[in-house]
Amino acid sequence: MNKQGFFGNWGGSYIPEILNRTFERLREEYDRARNDPAFWQDYTNLMSTYSCRPTPLTFAENLTNHFGGAKIYIKREDLNHTGAHKANNVMGQGLLVKRMGKKRVIAETGAGQHGMATATMAAKFGFECTIYMGEVDVLRQRPNVFWMEKMGAEVVPVKDGNRTLKDAINEAFRDWVSHVDSTHYVFGTACGPAPFPEMVSWFQSIIGREATEQILAMHGRPPARVYGCVGGGSNAMGIFQGFLGNEETELVGVEAGGRGLDSGLHAARLSGTDASPGVAQGYKTMFLQNDDGQMLETHSVAAGLDYVGVSPILADLWERKKVRFESATDGEVIEALDLTMKLEGIIPALESAHGFVQAFKEAGDLSSDDAIIINQSGRGDKDIFTIADAFDDPSWKEFIIERAEQYKTNS
Amino acid sequence: MSLEKILRDRKNNKKILLMTHIVLGYPSFEVNREVIAGMVENGVDCIEMQIPFSEPMADGPVILKANQDSLALGTSVEQCLEFGREMAEQYDIPFLYMTYYNIVYKYGEKAFFEASAAAGIKGLIIPDLPPEMSPDFFGYAKEYRIAPILIFTPTSTDERMAALNNHGSGFIYCVARRGVTGAQSEFDDGFSRYLKRCRKATGLPLAVGFGIRDRKDIEALIGKADMAVIGSETIRLVDSKGARAVGPYLADLLATN
Ligand SMILES: Cc1ncc(COP(=O)(O)O)c(C=O)c1O
Repeated sequence: MNKQGFFGNWGGSYIPEILNRTFERLREEYDRARNDPAFWQDYTNLMSTYSCRPTPLTFAENLTNHFGGAKIYIKREDLNHTGAHKANNVMGQGLLVKRMGKKRVIAETGAGQHGMATATMAAKFGFECTIYMGEVDVLRQRPNVFWMEKMGAEVVPVKDGNRTLKDAINEAFRDWVSHVDSTHYVFGTACGPAPFPEMVSWFQSIIGREATEQILAMHGRPPARVYGCVGGGSNAMGIFQGFLGNEETELVGVEAGGRGLDSGLHAARLSGTDASPGVAQGYKTMFLQNDDGQMLETHSVAAGLDYVGVSPILADLWERKKVRFESATDGEVIEALDLTMKLEGIIPALESAHGFVQAFKEAGDLSSDDAIIINQSGRGDKDIFTIADAFDDPSWKEFIIERAEQYKTNS
Repeated sequence: MSLEKILRDRKNNKKILLMTHIVLGYPSFEVNREVIAGMVENGVDCIEMQIPFSEPMADGPVILKANQDSLALGTSVEQCLEFGREMAEQYDIPFLYMTYYNIVYKYGEKAFFEASAAAGIKGLIIPDLPPEMSPDFFGYAKEYRIAPILIFTPTSTDERMAALNNHGSGFIYCVARRGVTGAQSEFDDGFSRYLKRCRKATGLPLAVGFGIRDRKDIEALIGKADMAVIGSETIRLVDSKGARAVGPYLADLLATN
């Protein structure tokens, strides 16, 4: 990151003037933390006692045999407390909030995982907490809303715009400009104004640091390829940082192909041809927007990937051809999920399953001496309603109808 | 004539100037025409016309909804530029565009300045463009003689105000409080101290906006600021009572001027 927060042509800090001072302070606190070895030590201690770090690297023997190529390893971010990599970023920012002496945190959430993690952190550190979530996502991810509320957070459904992640971000910014003095905005992914992209990636780099050691111990050398799904880009940045600059390893980011790249209903910013450079939500990146610069509607079966922008750091790595970008459709995602559950007894989140799709497409072409790693950013049981719908599961439907009847008669 | 000079001339025989705001294409360009006519007739000194953007991060619920509704009706940047040209040609007061940076960036900064200059626009307000983010923008502003309006806020330090002042021209927009557009502001002692700091930091005229609604608010600014800005309130008025209500409302606001 240069002084103005740019990575090559991307990034920056396009913020309303009211936030200038707050960002200055955040940058100072972040710089101090980065230069203080004790901070990272505190952070890893916290993550190994409150969350489940280091998370395991699992050898997926049955999937490996099934595809008959590279050895498939899965980095298990689903085993973090709250069920996704989001906890890494959130606990790190929580430690910074304590240092800054603020008492209230706010966050946007798409899949609800970042909101969940933030609500958890706020409960643990004794902060007040408000979570902004698009109305569409509230309906998609209702169980997460339940838990956030149970942990004492206020969940505000956002009814503007597309009622998804970007709208939740706008609303969180509106809250922030109104409460700059008391409040920290826990940005959920490697996007937004500087220093968020770099700071969030730094906290997430814990994934890559562990995976580098783990793959050496288990496989004896670095992997041929590493796959990560890309919403805003935080889990992918997290694992990629362990292997960047390593000539042997190819990095593959997988975006939401939705109903297909030709359908207009997707969130492929770097793997498709529909995105163009723009500035919104405080940073410059490739956005899905029209010729006037108005943001387009996006679509994905995975709420956490359903977003118009992408990390400026990934946009830079894409431009410099350091990361290859692909996309997976909703249909492919459900198939990969089905196979992973049946063969390995593991339930990836719908977001994570995008990485699995691309790995499955390529595993057979590699040699059995090669290893590949898929970053399983989260667990899928949060998606039970969406997955049950995708499988059109009759016994689940029956259960829901019965339960609803029961609620009706009892109330 | 430069925006600053026009405003200073108008201020010669008034206690305070008034700038109003409209969202282009909301509820329609037809109604925009009617509202602007009422504004000009009743002595408004300057009008900021907002080109709608899908992500208006610094705007509150009233203007946010107006942005979205306008876009849903199909408002394009080209239509807004054309409408701006029509207004600037028809009325003898300065018109500004207010929009978010992506609209300018996507159009092409140079092209946008060229089009604005050709339309007779006197200034641009871009709330999400801090001066360090685009030296080009400020270069074109000079080249095309369009004032880039910069914003002071209660959280701005004296050093920050000084730095902003070096890049701005026309006037400085002083945001009255933390928050987004549309909510009430308190014009108390802290506010007066803030305006004194603003005055010290710049030689440009001071406009004060965010939460100004009635005559009392405006009277409180006389002697402390050069221009009051009315934003969400006229949109609320048009929504609830129609375009015709704007004239009498403004006449009452400026009755003591
Ligand atoms: C499980 C999971 N994976 C991936 C993502 C996408 O975000 P990112 O690209 O920042 O990792 C999300 C976002 O909510 C998520 O919940």
